[in-house]
Amino acid sequence: MAAIEQQGAASGRPGGSPETSFGDRFSMRTRRLVWVWSFLALPILFYAIIRFYPTFQAFYLSFTNWDLLRPAKLIGFANYIKLFKDPQFWKVFKNTFTYLIIGTPISLVTAFTIAFFLDRVRFMHSFIRALYFLPFLTTAAAMAWVWRWFYQPPPIGIINDVFGMLGIPQQPFIRSTDQALFSIMVTAIWAGLGFQIIIFMAGLRAIPSTFYEAARIDGLGEWAILRKITLPLLKPTTVFLVVFSSIGFLRIFDQVYNMTTNDPGGPLGSTKPLVLMIYQTAFNSYAMGYAAAQTVVLFTILLIVSLLQLWILREKK
Amino acid sequence: MRKATLFAGLVAGFSTFAFNAAQAVEIEYWQYVFDTRVKAMDQLITEFQKANPGITVKQVTFPYADYQTRVIAANMAGNGPDVMQLFYGWLDKFVAGGLLAPLPKDAFPHAKIESDFFPIVKAMKRGDEYYGLPTAVRSLALFYNKKLFTEAGLDPNNPPKTLDEYVAAAQKIAKRDASGNLTVEGSTLDMGGQDHQWWREVLIRQFGGVPYTDNDQKVAYNSEAGIKALKFYTSLQLEKKIGAAGFMDEGQAAFRGGKAGMTIDGTFRLGAFKSIKDFEWGVTELPANAQGVRSNYASYFANGISAKAKGEELEASKKFLAYITSPAAMDIWLKTVGELPALRSAALTETNLKDPIYAPFLKGLEYAHTTLFMDEQAQRQNAIDMANRVLLQGQSVEDSIKQAAAAEQEIIDAAKP
Repeated sequence: MAAIEQQGAASGRPGGSPETSFGDRFSMRTRRLVWVWSFLALPILFYAIIRFYPTFQAFYLSFTNWDLLRPAKLIGFANYIKLFKDPQFWKVFKNTFTYLIIGTPISLVTAFTIAFFLDRVRFMHSFIRALYFLPFLTTAAAMAWVWRWFYQPPPIGIINDVFGMLGIPQQPFIRSTDQALFSIMVTAIWAGLGFQIIIFMAGLRAIPSTFYEAARIDGLGEWAILRKITLPLLKPTTVFLVVFSSIGFLRIFDQVYNMTTNDPGGPLGSTKPLVLMIYQTAFNSYAMGYAAAQTVVLFTILLIVSLLQLWILREKK
Repeated sequence: MRKATLFAGLVAGFSTFAFNAAQAVEIEYWQYVFDTRVKAMDQLITEFQKANPGITVKQVTFPYADYQTRVIAANMAGNGPDVMQLFYGWLDKFVAGGLLAPLPKDAFPHAKIESDFFPIVKAMKRGDEYYGLPTAVRSLALFYNKKLFTEAGLDPNNPPKTLDEYVAAAQKIAKRDASGNLTVEGSTLDMGGQDHQWWREVLIRQFGGVPYTDNDQKVAYNSEAGIKALKFYTSLQLEKKIGAAGFMDEGQAAFRGGKAGMTIDGTFRLGAFKSIKDFEWGVTELPANAQGVRSNYASYFANGISAKAKGEELEASKKFLAYITSPAAMDIWLKTVGELPALRSAALTETNLKDPIYAPFLKGLEYAHTTLFMDEQAQRQNAIDMANRVLLQGQSVEDSIKQAAAAEQEIIDAAKP
């Protein structure tokens, strides 16, 4: 560091006049800041234009009746009032939270259990890990269609075929208002599992093995080790995955849309998440203002859920 | 020296550009991507340019899911098409948004439109103006699997003519395995396919009612006829057990896979069904009711002229629209895409009327109705939900109809410009 500063000071000197060079006019600290900011300017500008401007635009649109065709007119809170009175919105709201509240814990517990045991497996370890990761690499749309066919009633649905052989009664799965949401949730959990396992395993590997050794010498059982050492030290990983997976479930769309294309979000709206409702309002009915209001609500929910989770799982000093 | 050459080059470049601009006018034609439609249009453009050397037509296509948004967004940006294809059900939206110009009466006199085209062209009229003309039209018919007919002991050359015969034939064809699972459907039941049109424009009328009044702005099916029509439709699955919604995912897939005796579908399905190799299939008119009343649902994509086309481009657009709605163009369209000509004279030719496949669709056109949808997807969804409430949740037909009628009226009112 000192060498660099000296070099910088030296390079300014030969010119003689202190006014001529950039180097002399500003201190080292300022110069470094200018460099840093000139590199940061690009992503910041990009974010401002691509992310923040449309976000603010969406907030503005949510107070208008814009329908793409005619100029937008400000209508105050009418879209929000309509939204909170819309029974479909509450149904969709409930669906979205069902995906979140049931999907997130199940997927995290499953991912942790698999990661915990996979971490101890040496035989074909990489191969098994790759197998778990594979669904994460596959296109959601392609996966959704394969699952859609798995769930079909006889004679084409594989799951029902197996049920038939085992003497279990046939299930309607995605043709039922009670089972459809959970049938789709299973595929979403399965698709995200690989990613969560990899992250959990990285977290597990990061725990120093000396802790375990010390615990074993002190005669702690496996269960106590898990509770007192593994889980607490895995907290940063868990926080990240809870937030990440919650946002994923709150924004679920691909699976639902592709598994129910001929009755999107059906049957009877029983699988429809908020994002699908926004999509339909915007691009089927072209009620852009109304769709923007729904987007703002989704944004607020995402913000609250994320902040809440960070707060609950925060580091206790 | 080098500068002079450069300058000369620039001048030459500009002058050829100017020369071309004075000589030729280029117009843009927009439609959505569908292989045969794009090919047919390419062929039409080649023919048109041969006959009109001063005009070039550029075809621009977008995926169907994006198409409407693209047209509307391009219009906002001020660089949309000169001539565009649009579904008849989008007309209100496009007219309200000022996307379309009324067809000039000098080139397209109303009396001639009304006498030459099938009556469903009326759906392109708002107030005193027509806003577009179709090249081709589509109607519904009953497709049937001749192999399954023979296996069930039915005459494959004598498909059902009435609703009673349709149900009887379907009951004979339907098969179940030992545990009662459907293995072959008598007829497909798929509200998300064409069944909602069948219920809306055909069954309700056959049971003595009308689906809407006031130019389709007022829902009228919360009536005796509407209830009877939905009872008939849902009883096909619940009582007569000729099929099940969701069997093999989609009705058309079940028929294609040889697992359904009959299906109601449109002309646009002909292309997909033509590649069926495992069995022979036939087409017949939609079944009549006991009194012989028939109805059908017809729809079409029309071609309209953009409101922004002016001067030379407008003249060229008029010529192009006149060509693509001429009998010659319709003939090319029928051969390439398989959709029926929109002009009576081009459609009702002796060859077409003798054609075992086209004839039932053409007969259907004569008595077809065209629903003036305000928000097609939402209205379709509403019909799907109406049937599902009865099929999946056991709601009574009366309640489901009442709920559907109220919800659809709301959709229509909300979509009014």
